[in-house]
Amino acid sequence: MRRELNPGRVVAWACLIVLMLLTLFPFYWMLRTAFSDNTQLPGHPSSLLPVESTLGAFKRVLGLSSVAEAQAQGGSGAAVNFWLYLRNSLIVSTVTTVCQVFFSALAAYAFARLRWPGRDKVFALFLAALMVPPIFTLLPNFALIKNLGLLNSFAGIILPTALMTPFAIFFLRQFFLGINRELEEAAMIDGAGHGRIFFGLIIPMSAAPITTLAILTYINSWNDYFWPLLVGQQEKVRVLTVALGVFRSQTPQGGPDWAGLMAATLIAALPMILLFVVFARRITNSIGFSGIK
Amino acid sequence: MTVTTSPPRKRRSPGDLKVAMIFLAPATLGFVVFYIWPTLRGAYLSFTEYSLLSAPKFNGLDNYERMVHDSFFWNALGVTVEYVVINIGLQTVLAVGIAMLMYRLTKSITVRAVVLLPYLVANVVVALVWYWMLDYQVGIVNQALSWIGIDPVAFFGDSHWAIPTVALINVWRHMGYTALLVFAGLQMIPTYVYEAAEVDGSTEMKTFWRITLPLLRPVLVMVLVVTMIGSFQLFDTVAVTTQGGPINATRVIYYYIYERAFTRFDFGYASAMALVLFAILALVSLLQLRLLRAKESDLA
Repeated sequence: MRRELNPGRVVAWACLIVLMLLTLFPFYWMLRTAFSDNTQLPGHPSSLLPVESTLGAFKRVLGLSSVAEAQAQGGSGAAVNFWLYLRNSLIVSTVTTVCQVFFSALAAYAFARLRWPGRDKVFALFLAALMVPPIFTLLPNFALIKNLGLLNSFAGIILPTALMTPFAIFFLRQFFLGINRELEEAAMIDGAGHGRIFFGLIIPMSAAPITTLAILTYINSWNDYFWPLLVGQQEKVRVLTVALGVFRSQTPQGGPDWAGLMAATLIAALPMILLFVVFARRITNSIGFSGIK
Repeated sequence: MTVTTSPPRKRRSPGDLKVAMIFLAPATLGFVVFYIWPTLRGAYLSFTEYSLLSAPKFNGLDNYERMVHDSFFWNALGVTVEYVVINIGLQTVLAVGIAMLMYRLTKSITVRAVVLLPYLVANVVVALVWYWMLDYQVGIVNQALSWIGIDPVAFFGDSHWAIPTVALINVWRHMGYTALLVFAGLQMIPTYVYEAAEVDGSTEMKTFWRITLPLLRPVLVMVLVVTMIGSFQLFDTVAVTTQGGPINATRVIYYYIYERAFTRFDFGYASAMALVLFAILALVSLLQLRLLRAKESDLA
């Protein structure tokens, strides 16, 4: 490839940089607003730095400031506690990820490494479920969770995705297929059963793809809104995304608490951004590979 | 895709069936209870009147007949299609552009990570950040518009602007992700075709239109099918910003189904609409695959 700096390349770089700035700017604006004093915001709508910088907004949404303090800084004064929602999100995402990845790995092993009649047909059926739009199964699932009395419980939020998703099984099966059979046969000659092979051979050898899947699952679960909105309305199980929606609709008439809202969105987004910073290469490369998600 | 080519053992032998059943048990339970059963039940519910409080009452094709005369349903479909066209149209063009830029300029993982970043943030967060940035009075976007002499726009409040606004927000969130999919496709095109084009004196533009794009077609079709199916499922952004308004301008099909089911407890009707959406999505994917001849590659 030619590397000299011709005008075309300069223009191309300029386009790419502009696109990257457009991508990053809203994140900066979220930060800038979150550290601003809400009552002062309307006076300086285009100040690039935080207006009267303060931690007030964070204190407000984390329930650390008194009602009077919160109201003085333009909050609604309604009790909000994003600590609790943060904890709830952590519980839901962690349990979902651990269960889903583990059970999907078991299934993927059966589809990739075991021989049994009808295997490929059953796998095709699992894959076909990818075609069904979520809302179609979501309505009966809601009715089921309601009839089981699991509304407003962690179990109700977690159960539908805890045992498998077609994507997770598909993803892991692809990797398990590629593992050398000779190793497995050698282990079998040594008397290892399928349990030993799965835990001692397949899992360690697939540590990388399993981690990737776990990260993707975690992010998806953390960001999910629709299902927890339906089954996890009550405070004790309310996750961050749902809490954000509630917080947004609580905004007092006249001057919404923009600083508080941005502080809250930052709290919801930051864990995923940090996860991404740590695993950027892995996540980025997985998207080229797996294609669909 | 690879398929295991296990040496043919005794045909019809149960093989590892017993072990397989143990390994598959949890996933199968989840699959049957939360995928198969609700799919069948959803289809049945679409022929019933069901309020969640009493048992579903079979009412034949009533729900479907009602749908034909429901102007809200047709409005929802229309709004959804408008959204999908703007969203997918812009997103695909931008994604191909970004992918080409990355392909020609840099292999930097940082650049790729930056463009992917919005995709990792929840829809709800993205929607709220833009809701703030696009605020009529104090939003930074309207401030910027005023600097270049444009009157402020009520992005969410004006019924003509609401859907394009929501569509653009989601273009912002998804274009980097889509670009990475296209980028992966670009890397599968062998370099010798470019070398041959260069030898023949092809210009950059000509190479793009005559070589890159046609060779990218199979990947593009898959990307289009996947992103379009996703695009039809718009809900989060609308739910936290406009909630269907102003005057039904953003009541997309997902949101309408949600309203029917969960604020009016009209579960049977909602199920019928979900089934119609299912059919539409299947049809759209099939059409795309057909029209764009996804399977064949020009690189034969």
